[in-house]
Amino acid sequence: MLRKLAGLSGSIVLTVLGLLAVTFVIGRVVPIDPVLSVIGENAPPGAYERARADLGLDQPLHVQFGRFVKKAVTGDFGVSVLTARPVIDDLKRVFPATIELASLATLIGVLLGVPLGIVAAVRHQTWVDHLARILALIGHSVPVFWIGLMGLLVFYAELGWVGGPGRQSIAFLDIVPVRTGMILLDCLIDGDFESLADAFRHIVLPASVLGLFSLAYICRMTRSFMIEQLSKEYITAARIKGLSEWRVVMGHALRNIAVPLVTVIALSYGYLLEGSVLTETVFAWPGLGNYLTDSLLRSDMNGVLGGTIVIGAIFIGLNLLSDILYRLLDPRTR
Amino acid sequence: MSGAASTLRDYLTTPTPRSRRHAALQRAWLAWRRLRNNPTAMAGLGIIVLIVLVAAFAPWIATHSPFEQNLNNRLAPPSAAHWLGTDEFGRDVYSRLVYGSRVALRIIGLVTVITGPIGLLIGAIAGYAGGWVDAALMRITDIFLAFPRLILALALTSALGPNIDNAILAIGITGWPPLARLARAETLTIRASDFIAAARVIGASATRIVVGHVMPLCMPSLIVRLTLDMAGVILIAAGLGFLGLGAQPPQPEWGAMIAAGRKFVFDQWWIAAIPGIAICVLSLGFNLFGDGLRDALDPKTHS
Repeated sequence: MLRKLAGLSGSIVLTVLGLLAVTFVIGRVVPIDPVLSVIGENAPPGAYERARADLGLDQPLHVQFGRFVKKAVTGDFGVSVLTARPVIDDLKRVFPATIELASLATLIGVLLGVPLGIVAAVRHQTWVDHLARILALIGHSVPVFWIGLMGLLVFYAELGWVGGPGRQSIAFLDIVPVRTGMILLDCLIDGDFESLADAFRHIVLPASVLGLFSLAYICRMTRSFMIEQLSKEYITAARIKGLSEWRVVMGHALRNIAVPLVTVIALSYGYLLEGSVLTETVFAWPGLGNYLTDSLLRSDMNGVLGGTIVIGAIFIGLNLLSDILYRLLDPRTR
Repeated sequence: MSGAASTLRDYLTTPTPRSRRHAALQRAWLAWRRLRNNPTAMAGLGIIVLIVLVAAFAPWIATHSPFEQNLNNRLAPPSAAHWLGTDEFGRDVYSRLVYGSRVALRIIGLVTVITGPIGLLIGAIAGYAGGWVDAALMRITDIFLAFPRLILALALTSALGPNIDNAILAIGITGWPPLARLARAETLTIRASDFIAAARVIGASATRIVVGHVMPLCMPSLIVRLTLDMAGVILIAAGLGFLGLGAQPPQPEWGAMIAAGRKFVFDQWWIAAIPGIAICVLSLGFNLFGDGLRDALDPKTHS
């Protein structure tokens, strides 16, 4: 077990180093001269060399990479040109909004996707099964930003069922003090139920759009895991024993797919981070994805690389988490 | 006519193929027969063929130039003159949609040309060589897999400069790792088989075995994966276009068209809605066809 853990942590360190190496290379190929962007076009002679030395750009590449890694590990991603604040502070500020959105979307995906996948597997080739297949196809074929836009058109502009872009209506802005940064939680802590209702009206559409994709993935995997289990002999034995179909499915088969399912849910959370970049842009949701695209469009490389590293690190973390969960939950891997 | 057809059929179904090409053609014929009996796969193929035809004959199918502006007739609703209305510069949305198929297919084609060979080569070499070569190549693959694909493509495109060629390059660079994984897994099973041992005993070089024996056998599963991947490529390219990092105006790229229509979505909804439908249809075509291809080429897997 210890040796496995050592191997695992070794590979994690290597992957994180690789992640930093890739972002470092991306940061190097930018056609923008980082020195010029600091001192401006009309700097006096000599200033260019001084600024270059200050930024450490006169050092050999491996020294620069070492500094880059040291800084990144301590959370120093430089100063954002866009907000004139350290990138790490910006990331801390926008992070809770994304977590809130992705968590709610995952909740939707799990609560609807798992039961739907189970029913689709048990009632193979019925309308439920076809619905599950269509959902899976939608998850693979429809652009998330387009669904978001069409959702805004129908449910906000035409029907008026939900709030518009952003996290809150203007009338509710800055009423509830920021504690966790997650608007629903903050409203709950403050006991302000009017603000809570408003925040909910705003989050429900983006969370549903993201949740649809999470739902498609989770449902498809649940269905195929379940079909595989239901064809096994112990299921036949349980049925012969006279157990009710409910006990067979929920008591025996579901228990056996629980472990791979947990892994799938952890991975789907990672995919949501990707989907959130486009969704947050459509819904003007002030999260990590929106910060990343804002930085991109203004060529703020510090913001872009910081955001990329953080998202990559979360992705690696989620993969690690699903790996550890698998080992903890599945007795065969002990 | 019927005589010629029956000899062709005999050629394709005779139990004793006389050459390698003969055997390969027979296998392809069998796969096609299986595919033909799969209605959803044929529907997918139909969609793809249709869009390829639209792209090929775009100048004849479009009613206007995709670039021709008419500021007196901007944001017009669908009419007899402009079947799907006009955009914010008075350009014909239908014609831009038609020409957009060329952009989409070009992206798909070029990305596939980048990802396929890289994935196959890295996977086959890693799987066949084993040892530290395998460990090193798979470590690099894992690093690329550690990024969500869109995020890496975003960062790359923004670094290289936002235009369609860089977007294609970025999508290609982010696309090969899953293919390499797949090719490696295939290679590991092929490597253990007797005919590879026989080839080695005869004295065939490693290069010859990998290129001549291993790679051709990796092809079926790789083709299936590439086809399914094309749907993902369309979505990522559209996402980059939507964020303004892919095709630049006035190129009629579907994702960028949605981005342009976004400003008017509450009043002139069709400008944003219609390119999205085109993306869905093309992506659906590749998904359906890819699923059918998987069943046809690899009867082992059944979902």
